[in-house]
Amino acid sequence: MQQSNKLRPFFENITFDREDNRMVVNFGPNHPSAHGLLNLILELEGEQVAKAYPNIGFLHRGMEKMAENMIYNEFLPTTDRMDYIAATSNNYGFALAVEKLVGLEVPRRAKVIRTMLLELNRIISHLFFIATHALDIGAMSVFLYAFREREHAMDLIEGYCGARLTHSSIRIGGVPLDVTDEWLEGLKKYIDALDENIKTYEGLLDSNRIWRMRLENVGILPAEMAIDWGCSGIMLRGSGVKWDIRKEEPYELYGELDFDVPVAETNDSYGRYKCYMLEMRESAKIIDQCLKMYKDTDPKIMAEAPNYISAPKEQIMTQNYSLMQHFVLVTQGMRPPVGEVYVATESPKGELGYYIYSDGEPYPYRLKIRAPSFWHTGILQAWLPGVQLADVVTMIGSSNTVFGEVDR
Amino acid sequence: MRKYTPKENVQKQSYYKDRFRVPDRLPKDPVEGDEVFAKDVEALKAAFDLKEAYIQRGQLVVVVDAAKNLEVIKFFKEKLAYNQLSEMSAIDFIAKSGGFEIFYQLLSMSKRKRARVKCFIKEGENIESVSSVYSSANWAEREMYDMFGIRVNNHPMLKRILLPDDWVGHPLRKTYPLQGDEFASWYEVDKIYGKEARDIIGPELRDAAYVDRYDTTRFARLGKEVGYGEEYRESDRPIAYQEENRPPLIDKFDPSKTKLADRER
Repeated sequence: MQQSNKLRPFFENITFDREDNRMVVNFGPNHPSAHGLLNLILELEGEQVAKAYPNIGFLHRGMEKMAENMIYNEFLPTTDRMDYIAATSNNYGFALAVEKLVGLEVPRRAKVIRTMLLELNRIISHLFFIATHALDIGAMSVFLYAFREREHAMDLIEGYCGARLTHSSIRIGGVPLDVTDEWLEGLKKYIDALDENIKTYEGLLDSNRIWRMRLENVGILPAEMAIDWGCSGIMLRGSGVKWDIRKEEPYELYGELDFDVPVAETNDSYGRYKCYMLEMRESAKIIDQCLKMYKDTDPKIMAEAPNYISAPKEQIMTQNYSLMQHFVLVTQGMRPPVGEVYVATESPKGELGYYIYSDGEPYPYRLKIRAPSFWHTGILQAWLPGVQLADVVTMIGSSNTVFGEVDR
Repeated sequence: MRKYTPKENVQKQSYYKDRFRVPDRLPKDPVEGDEVFAKDVEALKAAFDLKEAYIQRGQLVVVVDAAKNLEVIKFFKEKLAYNQLSEMSAIDFIAKSGGFEIFYQLLSMSKRKRARVKCFIKEGENIESVSSVYSSANWAEREMYDMFGIRVNNHPMLKRILLPDDWVGHPLRKTYPLQGDEFASWYEVDKIYGKEARDIIGPELRDAAYVDRYDTTRFARLGKEVGYGEEYRESDRPIAYQEENRPPLIDKFDPSKTKLADRER
């Protein structure tokens, strides 16, 4: 670190006095295109990046520590605050991990609702990506259009669970609420219009010379490098690796659903952008299938496991034993079996994994969250050297990191 | 005398413990149950001596000697086609067995299988870095060092990652306190005013988000807070902000006249 003294001038963020004509620049933590609180220390040789050192931790809240001191149900709303762009996928990953640890079977209607919410979240997250990414590059109007659709999708989420950003719309063992017919109609209307809207964004971007020049052949990420540095999601599929956990290790209903996994062979930022556009269409396709599935499901939305999950409200209010169980589960918390699980789900950003080590107590002994953005930030130190300073913004944007998730 | 509380695990404990409760355990399935894993374990057994190998919830778990971690991980990548390290970290077992359990979560994309390699080290022992095999271990090991204080040998840059460099302690250890030091809150009071002033001044407020409930009661109504023990009375000061001789900031808001863009909903 530079020490301030009387002989040399002290500048807060730039060191000029290198002998080898290199300049060190602090990119962030308050840079608008650093997507949150990333302090990227760049060593520049002219306009070219010679060394990159991503410095994280500005949003560290110690979620893993918090989890160790909370009962399982208590921690679920905290997971919202990780990838706050797609909160439901965080809730879902945690709920699925606990369900797998305990061995719960979720009723089919809950599965359908969960899948709808997850895919709606994927659309929200991808719209957010395209809006902010285009804004970073300089295409302002896409931001306005994409945020309009994102707003409508968030209205739907609000219609379901009452919250727009931190949803907590999934419970361990099912979902808290059933959906209404009006909500399903609204969802249908939304996904029907989505394809037309995506065409609008593509019309604004695909034939835009500046957009193509700034994305094509920029941020080339070879497949071996992506795998080696633990990339997942579109960072991997943009490099030609066809790996989608929904397809390869199907969880929830994804085994029965018909959808494609878009892959880009060009390895560049433009290929990744294309993947995002195609994935939104696939999500709309999945939601459409879920809407058809919903009609022939039983109305049960929570799993029946008296040792772990409270009984339905009517039962708690009428049956003494259910009330006692409920009291114990709320005040003490469920006690899952001794053991460990690692459950990976495909969140909009990539592989979101929860590792739980349980010692049979109501508090998880250890909970490790594998957040995709953490690894997509880690790769920057190997990925950035050699590129131009202007492309750094494109590459950070196209890796689609959310810092709530990086720092946890 | 103060009641003794064990210091090696200061985390929250359940207030109720059934002495006679025997918790369920996740089954440890034999590796022969899965063809792919059976082959992997066979190849591993030929090269290393495994302490344990079983399948838990569909994933292979292999327990090895901590001194051999790099060789085993290399074997997994090169011979068994586990091409990605999805996660690695540690678990604090200092209270129970005086050390840490380190786990490496591996993924094989060609086999569509996940495996976990585990090893145990004593407190104060170092572990060999695997970042030469999987680059993703670089940050994971830094995080493990940051959170547990486990030193990693031959790591390219072993520095704290999430916490500042001058942070004291490693927060994911079970010995790490959940609340601040009670003596620290009296330190400056004692130093400046002396112990006699403790009753008058009170402890130093070290939590920036702390709301003193004795300040006011019924503080929810903005601008109409009621002091502790006082009766509520209507204030003659206007609460709304309005400049003199200027147009009103907000017109009368009529919700029935708003237009919602329900065209797309």
